[in-house]
Amino acid sequence: MGTVNISRKYTATQKTYLWAIFIGMKITFKRLLQGFFLRKNNTIQYPEERRDYSQRFRGMHFISVDKNKTENCTACYLCQTVCPAECIHIIADERDEDNNPDGVKKEKRPLSFDIDALRCCFCGFCEEACPKDAIKLSRNYELAVTTRDDAIYDLDFLKRDVKGRG
Amino acid sequence: MEMFDLIAVMAKILFVIAISLGVIPFLVWFERRGSAWMQGRVGPNRIGPFGLLQTTADVIKFVCKEDFVPKNANKFFYHMAPTVALVAPLCAMAVIPFGSYLVLGDHTVNLQIANMNTGVIFILAFAGLEVYPIILAGWASNNKYSVLGALRGSAQIVSYEIAMGLALLSMLVVYGSFNPHEMVAWQNETIFGFLPRWGAFVNPIGALVFWIAIFAETNRLPFDLPEGESEIVAGYHLEYGGMKFAAFFMAEYVAMIMASGLISTIYFGGYGFLPGMQTILNLATEYFSLGVAGVQNVKALLEFTSFFSKVSFFMFVFVWVRWTLPRFRFDQLMDLGWKILFPLSLINLILVTLGVYFLN
Ligand code: SF4
Ligand code: SF4
Repeated sequence: MGTVNISRKYTATQKTYLWAIFIGMKITFKRLLQGFFLRKNNTIQYPEERRDYSQRFRGMHFISVDKNKTENCTACYLCQTVCPAECIHIIADERDEDNNPDGVKKEKRPLSFDIDALRCCFCGFCEEACPKDAIKLSRNYELAVTTRDDAIYDLDFLKRDVKGRG
Repeated sequence: MEMFDLIAVMAKILFVIAISLGVIPFLVWFERRGSAWMQGRVGPNRIGPFGLLQTTADVIKFVCKEDFVPKNANKFFYHMAPTVALVAPLCAMAVIPFGSYLVLGDHTVNLQIANMNTGVIFILAFAGLEVYPIILAGWASNNKYSVLGALRGSAQIVSYEIAMGLALLSMLVVYGSFNPHEMVAWQNETIFGFLPRWGAFVNPIGALVFWIAIFAETNRLPFDLPEGESEIVAGYHLEYGGMKFAAFFMAEYVAMIMASGLISTIYFGGYGFLPGMQTILNLATEYFSLGVAGVQNVKALLEFTSFFSKVSFFMFVFVWVRWTLPRFRFDQLMDLGWKILFPLSLINLILVTLGVYFLN
């Protein structure tokens, strides 16, 4: 193999580069004037304006709740098993009869449900695996935290009322 | 030396330092805001009107930072590098004239800190010093990236200094003098009755080579290989934080101001009038019915304006080019320096010398 040299034919004007530099500088100058006088820009002022991401965007997790504000999760461990990053940690428990007005449907409950967002790769497999549509990824992309502990989402944190995909 | 001269020299030094350091916050602001405009962004716009106080915030941050010295650094050279970086271009500014002279009472004040007959040599000597802070910083901080940046920087500056020196030499042949005042006076004539006799019109190739070389000399894009963020993190000033980094940062701008002053003086008429300024002077003379001293002072003011606008223009071009051109690869840089600019400036020098010989 070795090195492959691809030689191109350059004309004299191309070889001096000066003309190309001149054209480039003309473009940047035009942009400068546009930016200065017309305030033309392609960026947004982030905290004030936000971009509308696609409905399929995979952001911060949440666990959907039913009409009684009980989590839909039945601690089946499917998400924990499928998770490639191994960042879901569930402890299962029996659900109180009182908290389970729908009878047999949700006999198990997660005693604790932690997602380590620092390990999570936001692949969305947990969402696909869940038979109860309990765990979902919202469209919230503002995941910044000030301590590492804040990045471990527990059940109370995950049981947010999120409309649609959030 | 009389008291008056001493005060005058002090005042001039203060003036030059105040102007050249005082415009840096604005330059940094323009560098960031201007680049934002060129790239379709907004740029810093939160602190102060139009983000003008952004630099103040930066300085506060720099001052509050920890004064960090890497463990195995050579302390003495490590601290010396930013100082040299800032002082060398400031010294070179001493011989760049920013006006002819003022008349105060029965004294005349030469608007140049040090009027030397060897002015240009002095500038070159101090411009040549700019390679030392890079080597010192890179070597003293004991970091392989810093050393790489320093090696690149020194190789680059040394190779472009030759082209720069030859381009300068061709102009010295034309002017027949080392004194910046005499160069400006020479350029104040006109050729063909309308074109100012600027060095750039007399010797365009020299001007071009010189212009390219000062980009390399000041380590600005497209020749910012010593800093190449993408390959060697930050190059020679990688291990510097807080105000010591700020000193390097300011030094870059001071070097740019110095280089702009140099190219304006040598190739673009220096403080000589821009077209139309003579009319303003005549009008002002008639309107205020000024005496000889008054005319000279107004003239000096206009000359300073002319010089200042030329320097501003070149500073603008520095920023403009930076945000237009990508960085060179190292071998391309050396090719350009040794295979193109060096022979070009040499041939140009010979041609100019022949031209001057036969025309006189
Ligand atoms: S998104 Fe992927 S990595 Fe994150 S918790 Fe779900 S399955 Fe695990
Ligand atoms: S897959 Fe769904 S129901 Fe099963 S444990 Fe995970 S969140 Fe709960």
